Amino acid sequence: MNNAVQPAPLTDERVKKISGLRKALIRPELGGIVGTVAVFSFFFIFAFDSGMFNSQGVLNWSIVSAQFMIIAVGACLLMIAGEFDLSVGSMIGFAGMSIAILSVTLGWPVWLAILTTFALCIAIGALNGYIVIRTGLPSFIVTLAFLFILRGFTIFLPQLIERKTIIGGISDKAIGDPLAWLFGGKVLKGFFAFLGENGLIATFERGTRAGQPVVDGIPMLIVWAVVLVIFGHILLTRTRFGNWIFASGGDPQAARYVGVPVNRVKILMFMFTAFCATVFATCQVMEFGSAGADRGLLKEFEAIIAVVIGGALLTGGYGSVIGAALGALIFGVVQQGLFFVGVESSLFRVFLGVILLGAVILNTYIRRLITGER
Amino acid sequence: MTSTHAPLIEMRDIEKHFGSVIALAGVSLQIYPGECHCLLGDNGAGKSTFIKTMSGVHKPTRGDILFEGKPMQFDDPRDAIAAGIATVYQDLAMIPLMSVSRNFFMGNEPLRKFGPFKLFDHELANRVTMEEMNAMGINLRGPDQAVGTLSGGERQTVAIARAVHFGAKVLILDEPTSALGVRQTSNVLATVDRVRKKDIAVVFITHNVRHALAVGDRFTVLNRGKTLGTAQRGQITPEELQDMMAGGQEMGKLEGSLGGTV
Repeated sequence: MNNAVQPAPLTDERVKKISGLRKALIRPELGGIVGTVAVFSFFFIFAFDSGMFNSQGVLNWSIVSAQFMIIAVGACLLMIAGEFDLSVGSMIGFAGMSIAILSVTLGWPVWLAILTTFALCIAIGALNGYIVIRTGLPSFIVTLAFLFILRGFTIFLPQLIERKTIIGGISDKAIGDPLAWLFGGKVLKGFFAFLGENGLIATFERGTRAGQPVVDGIPMLIVWAVVLVIFGHILLTRTRFGNWIFASGGDPQAARYVGVPVNRVKILMFMFTAFCATVFATCQVMEFGSAGADRGLLKEFEAIIAVVIGGALLTGGYGSVIGAALGALIFGVVQQGLFFVGVESSLFRVFLGVILLGAVILNTYIRRLITGER
Repeated sequence: MTSTHAPLIEMRDIEKHFGSVIALAGVSLQIYPGECHCLLGDNGAGKSTFIKTMSGVHKPTRGDILFEGKPMQFDDPRDAIAAGIATVYQDLAMIPLMSVSRNFFMGNEPLRKFGPFKLFDHELANRVTMEEMNAMGINLRGPDQAVGTLSGGERQTVAIARAVHFGAKVLILDEPTSALGVRQTSNVLATVDRVRKKDIAVVFITHNVRHALAVGDRFTVLNRGKTLGTAQRGQITPEELQDMMAGGQEMGKLEGSLGGTV
């Protein structure tokens, strides 16, 4: 930036001045920012009166977006480190089932079930990473195997133990649990009560909860999403480890030659992805009070699409956590917004496919801009 | 200039076997501070294996490596880097998608304390990168410019500047000029000359005799895993070097049919 310091700069007449637009295009978040603005404008115009932007409506799409965000942060850092994890969706189902079996069937305290599940899932993430590093196989194949392995167990175990594929009754067990609140609780209840009293947000008009706000707090799910996004962003852009993530995905061999512990970085990112999936699963189990064998289906692809919309390259070495979070926000808003506008919800899939294709093409173009490839 | 100093690195009878293949069959070499030691050889002569042994990527099957007079055991490249042996690989020097500044400090990120956390000090990194790039004669738009926008020669230069900045005593350059144009090659050779004047030992691997003669102080030719001897600057002609690299007669025949020097 400090061009003034250069002593008699020998400007190269063949280096074109870069326009502000081109410079902005090089930021990975650009696609996410443009998409977010477009999506919000669209729904402001077509769905403003539908209740999408009152307190319940906002909470509705915020929760869905936050779910996407939690897994997108993990997928984003892993993709920048040059790997994929296709087992995220199955991991979500597996983690939920693990909590349910440990706490309900085996009668463990919920906090112990949660901690054990985290340890188990992070260990599976590490195993994913270890196999990828040791064998040199594409992570696509290794984690595809785990997609089936974990899903298989998630369906098999509850049938073996309880003769059903959904295990409920976690809500009762979770009451008063010291750790369950961290995933199923709500924060800022007083603030929302205050807003309700002052008529700033909707309140129940009759029934036992008359006078209380309809939205009585922010679910911990959203808090987790925000915390993970901030953590991921700072880790990636402001720390030494973040530079190693970029380097490991950009060119692992070049990174190794200058002493970056590429294997450790990649395995840690697999573990972090597993951690994010488990956070998702725990929040979901606490919210529903049950675990189902089909939970988390296709989530791995939704996470990857959010990350790609956020500007990350599928080949690794480039991307942004903020971009991925915006991608997740776009998802949440569109998925729920279509419902508010009254559009058939299956069209969401069409939207998903179209926006994925558009994002990948845009990213390829941006990659050429950055590297000057032709 | 060389005999008065003690050698910085001494490689004694280095042998390296890969299974049944003998890649190096007893190579000895001394490298002195401030010299540019050219390592020549045709493809398959063992140049790459030899420098990878020197930089800690491979462990020698037999033989000793003495660094500043003391025997050294490098377990991985990090050890060699820590000791002051830096290697710049031909096409693996830099990561194109990352900024010059991030590349420059890759593996050596400067840290700044922020409460209990240690953060990447981008300000310092950017400033140092700009200064170093100016000193090397590369004009950047900014430290956040991606390395992908630099030319091949500039990338080599950035990699060399990086190694020197982080205190390399020995700089190993693996065919730095083989993929470059004429102008870029002379830039890189000029950089080599500048580095040598800082009393850093440069090991320059090439199979281009003209590039070697342009900057080299001493020349060692490898052929089929063995040294064919080391020559001082001025004691050897380009033709002799060329013949040694290629193994003599065949080259003569080829040259005849091509009607000139190759």
